[in-house]
Amino acid sequence: MINNQTMNDSSKLKLGPLATLLVGDKGGQRLLMALIAIAVIFPFCNLVFPQDSIFYISTYALTLTGKYLCYALLALSVDLIWGYCGILSLGHGAFFALGGYAMGMYLMRQIGERGVYGNPDLPDFMVFLSWENLPWYWFGFDQFWFAMVMVLLVPGTLAFVFGWLAFRSRVTGVYLSIITQALTYALMLAFFRNDMGFGGNNGLTDFKEILGFDLQSAETRSVLFFASAMALILGYLISRFITNSKLGRVLVSIRDAEMRTRFLGYKVEYFTLFIFVVSAMLAGIAGALYVPQVGIINPGEFTPINSIEIIIWVAIGGRGTLFGAVIGAIAVNYAKTYFTGAFAELWLFMLGGLFVMSTLYLPKGIVGAVKNIQQGDGKTSQLYFFLKEKFASIKGGA
Amino acid sequence: MTLERPKHLENEFVLYLDGVNVSFDGFKAINNLSLCIEPGEMRAIIGPNGAGKTTMMDIITGKTRPDSGTVLFKNKIDLTQYDEAEVANLGVGRKFQKPSVIESLTVFENLELSLKGSRSVWQALFHKLSDEGLTKINDILTLINLEEKRDDTAANLSHGQKQWLEIGMLISQEPELLLIDEPAAGMTDEETMKTALLFKKLAKNHSLVVVEHDMDFIAALDCKVTVLHEGSVLAEGSLDTVQNNQKVIEVYLGR
Repeated sequence: MINNQTMNDSSKLKLGPLATLLVGDKGGQRLLMALIAIAVIFPFCNLVFPQDSIFYISTYALTLTGKYLCYALLALSVDLIWGYCGILSLGHGAFFALGGYAMGMYLMRQIGERGVYGNPDLPDFMVFLSWENLPWYWFGFDQFWFAMVMVLLVPGTLAFVFGWLAFRSRVTGVYLSIITQALTYALMLAFFRNDMGFGGNNGLTDFKEILGFDLQSAETRSVLFFASAMALILGYLISRFITNSKLGRVLVSIRDAEMRTRFLGYKVEYFTLFIFVVSAMLAGIAGALYVPQVGIINPGEFTPINSIEIIIWVAIGGRGTLFGAVIGAIAVNYAKTYFTGAFAELWLFMLGGLFVMSTLYLPKGIVGAVKNIQQGDGKTSQLYFFLKEKFASIKGGA
Repeated sequence: MTLERPKHLENEFVLYLDGVNVSFDGFKAINNLSLCIEPGEMRAIIGPNGAGKTTMMDIITGKTRPDSGTVLFKNKIDLTQYDEAEVANLGVGRKFQKPSVIESLTVFENLELSLKGSRSVWQALFHKLSDEGLTKINDILTLINLEEKRDDTAANLSHGQKQWLEIGMLISQEPELLLIDEPAAGMTDEETMKTALLFKKLAKNHSLVVVEHDMDFIAALDCKVTVLHEGSVLAEGSLDTVQNNQKVIEVYLGR
């Protein structure tokens, strides 16, 4: 947790507000530097170098990494509520998907007359269903600003209403996890229906342009990549600001001793509601940046398994550290991309195995294991030093 | 909610319980309980297991709603209308039986969270500890003997130190009424006596209700004692009177 001594010292040194935020957060400092570096280097290498240069980064790799940055932001949002406040949401994929749908609706309206049916107002799937008019809830989505407001507002409002009902009735622990899971499942079923007006099981796709720029071009992809990196950095700073504040300490005390927090006079439900809504909005932003990069959003994003996967990223990265969630999301997804290519059927088993292994041997995730090894204690470091010794003796023998 | 002051309440009471009943699944945990605490009074509550001591505290602090009866704070505030956080902000502090501190925060941060002040979400987000607050925390650290543990996480404290920290947290809330459940549990004899002295000091400007099993501790508190049995008051008076009360002896020694 935050050391007050260092906080006081830093204010004496008159650091900028940004630097003060990251004092004592070594992992965060390194992460942000790495993010700034790749935010610049990736698009640069993609756009400047010719395709046969060894410095060239393909648009595919760029987009893939951009997708992971969105996942990282999603993982960050989950760590904020799970790592700091102890709320295990198994439905965060829903907020991500809703943000994605809001962006998708804007991109659909951008297609305009270039659709298969050439209808200037109605997206193809509506023409196909022989709808005459645009449903009321599609109004406004031809405006970028409106769609962006909805990216925040829709997940935020759902989180507010859902959270208000759940937290006020003091639904906690495993019960809360189950109803969040039910929430995303219910939304999935709803979005699968054609008459919902969101494209049924095909979802929204065939996007052409964003703000008039061709979505297939390397330049647009680079900008989207850069935007994703910036969103992640901004999301990290916001999350760090919250966890460093007194509010962050109230959240930790809710996680550790909810009753004590109530008897100290804190209305626990207000605090959990606040962080739940903030977290849902971050997830929504992640979804909105994800959709133009992958080119599709469909009800599959609401599947309960997606939400569970997010939890695994955070657990493997290291819960309650913020940067651990980012590391976990990126590491697991790179592994996923590699292994689903190499042994497609085995991936789910491997993911499950990874989760079991991390629970047994990395209870604090990758971040915790690295810390243990540095400090030389814990199970992981025993294993590490054991292997190191063995390795050294093998080398010495040969 | 403010109630008309009942006519028979002639004295000022910090806490006034009358005819309180609560039952769980047919088991009467509190049975027609009546109790009055005066301002600045220290009261010890004893009673065998299951006598309803903790349930009584749950009722006062808004954790459990009574089936019937009156629970008044400072003669006019009906405590049954509020939840735990609201009761705490009205000025009732509570210490749990099992020491309950926030384990992953430091001793200092535990006290900072408890410090009397705004409890709103926005205030918490942009909160900066004032110099006045810092002085208060330092004073409390001295009072509870934890200056050297200031920046240690609470998880690393000994059982007795956790008890003291929780008492410190209670004091920094600046409540008018303190409800304290078994403060001496797990303390050494020396710590127990120090705690008793601390409570006597606190009683000068707070009202205290102390639930305890340790008779030496109660003797050291030197205050009026209430004996609870099966959810109602069995006897009340000085420790000597109570200990020589025939009914009390029967309850404690078994029939």
